[in-house]
Amino acid sequence: MTSPSDVADYGAYAAIAAMAVATVLMRLGGYWLMSQVKLTARVQRMLDALPGSVVLASVLPVVAKGGPVVMLAVVGAMLMMIARRNDFLAVATGMGIAALARGFGIGG
Amino acid sequence: MTQSDTHHPPQFTAAGFAEGVRVTLPALPGILAFGVAFGTIAAQKGLSFGEAMAMTTFVYAGMSQLIALQSWPGEFTLTVILSLALVTATVNLRLSLLTASLQPWFAPLPAWKSWPMLFLTTDLGWLLAMRYRDQGGTDYGFYAGSAILVWIAWGAVCIPGYLLGAWVSAPERFGLDVVMPVFFAAMLVPMWKGSRRAIPWLIGGGVALLVDWLVPGWWYLVTGALAGSIAGGFIHDQPE
Repeated sequence: MTSPSDVADYGAYAAIAAMAVATVLMRLGGYWLMSQVKLTARVQRMLDALPGSVVLASVLPVVAKGGPVVMLAVVGAMLMMIARRNDFLAVATGMGIAALARGFGIGG
Repeated sequence: MTQSDTHHPPQFTAAGFAEGVRVTLPALPGILAFGVAFGTIAAQKGLSFGEAMAMTTFVYAGMSQLIALQSWPGEFTLTVILSLALVTATVNLRLSLLTASLQPWFAPLPAWKSWPMLFLTTDLGWLLAMRYRDQGGTDYGFYAGSAILVWIAWGAVCIPGYLLGAWVSAPERFGLDVVMPVFFAAMLVPMWKGSRRAIPWLIGGGVALLVDWLVPGWWYLVTGALAGSIAGGFIHDQPE
């Protein structure tokens, strides 16, 4: 006895399982691949450049699509981070700026 | 860029674990706001509580979770499930770069120790570990402490987030939707080591913008990160 909603529930869990498998493969895959690579000075420099590249590659397109509100929030959070070096204050500042800006009717 | 001299191989200590927890705690609220946002949006998209918890615990990659919710289907055919898995893989391809960079450090560990830590790899935990390694740290306990704390906290905040979902009808009104870009941008500040080191970052960001403009989907994430990393490989550090 399976009602349509049972099938839907099962389907959602199947989708979540598929997402989990895909993600584990990514997490283990890079590690495995790197174990096949020799750690030269150049590879070391590549790894050193990775954190900042990951951050900018993640953020810039979101900011570009997000419009003025997201840009203001990001700049405000970075200024707070420079001033206080506190992750929590930085995120709170960014959220506050976005909430305020939208409260004043600025789109984006 | 001198690694502190290590006469003994890296270890896995309780002190390192405690330090990982201590260093991660102040960074936690930022990521937790993100986790709450996931719970809230999951509730609004019609996921059951069990589904939301399963996704947040086992997929455990915030950006891909939110992106999956954006197009969360009402009906699950095989095609729909496979396309969700594919989108998740493209968003999380970035994680393979992170675990690749952990490999030289984790290489001496047996798989039963390294694999669970790899499963718990997040952008936050990885960025903190990179900061720790930069300062000469080698203790695996640091990574484990940081990773386990983030995992438990991330799962826990999904609960109030989900319950909140019934009341919060427009998450963007509270700025919940900007948590991710804002948190990432803030992490850039402690990474700053002079403009020369930032050239590959800009190349990565520029490539990401270009790919995002030209190619639909989330390929910009991994192509941008890879481009920046490769650029870094070809730009030599100034002689110290």
